[in-house]
Amino acid sequence: MSEITQPVSTSPGPWWQPLRIRERWRLAEIVFWLGLVAVYFVFPKQLLFGSQILITGLFALSLDLILGYAGIVTLGHAAFFGLGAYTAGLLAKYGVHDPLIGLVLAAGAAGLLGYLSSFLVLRGGDLARLMITLGIALLLSEIANQATVLTGGVDGLQGITMGPLLGLFDFDFLGKVAYLYVLGVSFVLFVLVRALMISPYGLSLRSIRENPRRAVAIGVPIRARLTNIYTFAATIAGVAGALLAQTTQFVALDVLSFQRSADLLIILIIGGTATLYGGFVGAALFLIAQDRLAHLSPEYWLFWLGILLIVTTLFLDAGVMGGLLRIDTLIRRRFAGWR
Amino acid sequence: MFKGVARCLAALAFVLTGTVCTSASAAGDTIKVGVLVETSGPFSSYGQQITTGAKAFIKRNGDTVAGKKVELIIRDTTGPAPDVAKRLAQELIVQDEVDFIAGFGLTPNARAVAPIVTAAKKPTVIMNAASSIITTESPYFARVSFTLAQVTAPMAQWAYKSGLRKVYTAVADYAPGHDAETTFKSAFTKLGGEIVGEVRIPLKNPEFGPFLQRIKDAKPQALFVFVPAGELAVGFMKAYTERGLAGAGIKLITTGDVVDDGVIEALGDDVLGVISTHQYSVAHDSPENAAFLASYAQINPTQRPNFMAVGGYDGMAAIYEVIRKLNGNIDGDKAMQILRGMKWTSPRGPILIDADTRDIVQNVYVREAKKVGGKVYNVEFETFPAVKDPGK
Amino acid sequence: MPRDRASSKVPAVLSFLGVLFDGLAYGALLFLISVGLSVTLGLMGFINLSHGVFAMLGGYLLVTLMDRGGWSFAACLPLAFVATALLSLVLERTLYRPLYRSTHLKQVLLTVGIIFVAVACATYFWGPGQQRVTLPQALRGRLSAGGVDLSWYRLFLIACGALITLALIFGLERTRFGARIRASVDAHRTAEAMGIHVDRVFQITFAIGSGLAGLGGALGVNVLGLDPYFALKYLAYFLLVVVVGGPGSIMGTLLAAVLLGVADTTGKYYVPEIGPFVIYLAMIVLLLAFPHGLLGRKKAL
Repeated sequence: MSEITQPVSTSPGPWWQPLRIRERWRLAEIVFWLGLVAVYFVFPKQLLFGSQILITGLFALSLDLILGYAGIVTLGHAAFFGLGAYTAGLLAKYGVHDPLIGLVLAAGAAGLLGYLSSFLVLRGGDLARLMITLGIALLLSEIANQATVLTGGVDGLQGITMGPLLGLFDFDFLGKVAYLYVLGVSFVLFVLVRALMISPYGLSLRSIRENPRRAVAIGVPIRARLTNIYTFAATIAGVAGALLAQTTQFVALDVLSFQRSADLLIILIIGGTATLYGGFVGAALFLIAQDRLAHLSPEYWLFWLGILLIVTTLFLDAGVMGGLLRIDTLIRRRFAGWR
Repeated sequence: MFKGVARCLAALAFVLTGTVCTSASAAGDTIKVGVLVETSGPFSSYGQQITTGAKAFIKRNGDTVAGKKVELIIRDTTGPAPDVAKRLAQELIVQDEVDFIAGFGLTPNARAVAPIVTAAKKPTVIMNAASSIITTESPYFARVSFTLAQVTAPMAQWAYKSGLRKVYTAVADYAPGHDAETTFKSAFTKLGGEIVGEVRIPLKNPEFGPFLQRIKDAKPQALFVFVPAGELAVGFMKAYTERGLAGAGIKLITTGDVVDDGVIEALGDDVLGVISTHQYSVAHDSPENAAFLASYAQINPTQRPNFMAVGGYDGMAAIYEVIRKLNGNIDGDKAMQILRGMKWTSPRGPILIDADTRDIVQNVYVREAKKVGGKVYNVEFETFPAVKDPGK
Repeated sequence: MPRDRASSKVPAVLSFLGVLFDGLAYGALLFLISVGLSVTLGLMGFINLSHGVFAMLGGYLLVTLMDRGGWSFAACLPLAFVATALLSLVLERTLYRPLYRSTHLKQVLLTVGIIFVAVACATYFWGPGQQRVTLPQALRGRLSAGGVDLSWYRLFLIACGALITLALIFGLERTRFGARIRASVDAHRTAEAMGIHVDRVFQITFAIGSGLAGLGGALGVNVLGLDPYFALKYLAYFLLVVVVGGPGSIMGTLLAAVLLGVADTTGKYYVPEIGPFVIYLAMIVLLLAFPHGLLGRKKAL
């Protein structure tokens, strides 16, 4: 018998009822998002850091779409992030100061690259895909490194000035407006992604990941699904990159680096794949841990981070989200008998 | 399973409480200096040298000035990571409420921080970063290190004087490298020399071999090189020796970064005879240098200090002077006024912070790598006095 | 483009030969270090991103023994092999083995954690700077042959690479143990059913592969450099070689290593600005043409 996650009514309802139940927002989710809003009031001096965590979380969410749901292993996701960042940065530098317009254009650029490279990515097994995606990201990184006139090379893209958000709110020194901007965009995109993943479309992706042959047998158009989810994920990654460029008003080469892709993979694994929140949770844990460790031990924080990773792998299953979900199930089991 | 969940929740709790308990700002009798340097990563030797130099100054002169205690808050930029540097600078100013910002082993980090320190009006002392453009980007920047242009122009002059006419240039492909290349080219050709070839070596480069082979095949009289101090310099010298360029009659002329005191001993005998120009050598004979070396050795007896350590040392000297003159009440604009035109004798020789550009004016020495008492040193044999940054 | 106003005084063919030679030496090093990773991946499907750590270990052993122990270069090399092999067995037992049945993602996480720890430890013990090795007199200098200048050390590297390749092929094709390895790679379960201790085979193969990486690292100090970030810096290159060559295939790894080594070196010589491009472009093209590696088997991994 499958786990009891919800009290089951004795008479079968309409066919769409189970789907409706899945769509419902759980209490924990509402608390999560309200909590993020509360951060604005509770930690007013740490909003820059908060923005960066959210941006990384959004980036990790985009990776989750292709890694956790569709099963495409990639080490080059930073390519889309970086392209979004440089596009937004260059637009702002050369006259397009409105943040939202820049955001949309950057997302479009990243999505285009995603679409074009999706054909390359569909060939070959896991490993070949891994290296091809890595290769694309490294190529882009080299281009950015060489095109110093355009990107500023190693020194970074300077001179980005942002206009006021929605024409009303200027980006301030403390990062308050930036935080709300990032939170707003993240939430909107999250709702979109959530709706998509909970729908039958999302289920079909999971079926592709778990058993591609069976999926074909039931008529799931694998190539089309993978292509469009890859493009969609690239677009979201591009948005994350653009947000970084706009809120920090700087773009450095490391937005395209292997390090960023690798860190992202780690973040997602820590947080737990295919749970929608794994990206955010992982990003928060990883970045906060890294920051705290760096404060405590400026020279050897990497050591402690490594130990943390090793311990997490050996003793924690399915990441943090897996652990938390298990608590959720345990609690429900406990209280199911009370009905 | 339960263990795992419990453990992770504990970790979460620890991590989150750690965030809440950020360092509370101390009472008003401490002067805080936020130091942004690389303490981890491939450039961590930069951070090591700079912070040890700064600490050496504090050790020598005590940690109390004008009745207030001086505290260093060191933050790790991890390497060329402008976004990290920017965020850390913001944190230092807003959360830790520092009075000064200092450090900067690398140019991109310094440039990223410019708008922040301008908005917050924090006096910022550049202790190492070396491209000319930095001091123009914020009126609150003052530099005590050097610029590539500053040490390269004398090299071009010396090269011409010593009879070299055909030189190939090789520089690392980033802002200081471009500065060096442009300055050498224009200075050397103006005197009448000829640049027979130029190449820009990417900063992340595992193999120098192909570049040096190309240079060897072009057979110039000399090779002018700039790569950042540390890892790349060692790699370069290794490849230079291995390819036999010295044997092929190609003289090596360089800025002091390639043969800096921190790594020169690791280069072995192959480095003997290399001519370089720079502002500091451990072998500089002066009482200030002797005092500096003694203080440094007290903190780190095995590591030889280099020009970055002197940058840290002199940066603290400037900060101390500002504190003294302002009697402990640090105001950004007043601090910059004091910094402008400040001059004193550093372990490297006489230095001055230019009143208009806030950049450093100092002697540049031509040195040769020689063995003194069994160890290799850069021995100064010619001086270009009071060189300004030609980039401005 | 670099501007060489004076035309090169060396004829194009000769300079090309010189560059080719350098590429071969570079490829030999890549092969030595990556072959262990290829076999591990092919045999157990275990993604060991921390493979470069073994190379680092060999390198640091060499430097420390020569500097502080006064050992000779020649004596250090076999020791680098043996010590790294032994240490890898310890790591395999304690850290890797629990994760063989686990997902690839978990393996990635673990091995990246190991790299971080290794980087920090290396920084702590040897400092963040580059290590230098003093070559024995016999290996210094250059050999002039027909107008081309060949470095003795690189000749030595190529010779080592060739010797070890021959040894590996001989071991695989002619010995019992080699047959067991081949059986285990090709058909894991059947081999077990036939009574082959696949786990034991794997342990020994893993040790040999890691030992070779250690040897490669020691040999590479002079060419690739050695600093605490070695394992991270070169990770992409090792992965590249293994995947392009086809995991589990020694000849494939050799072919890929040589191809990529030559591509990289020629790229950097002829078009230095876009040097790194060439290797990434070559990799993408090769992978698109041969999605399972040049000589890889069509295995579901």
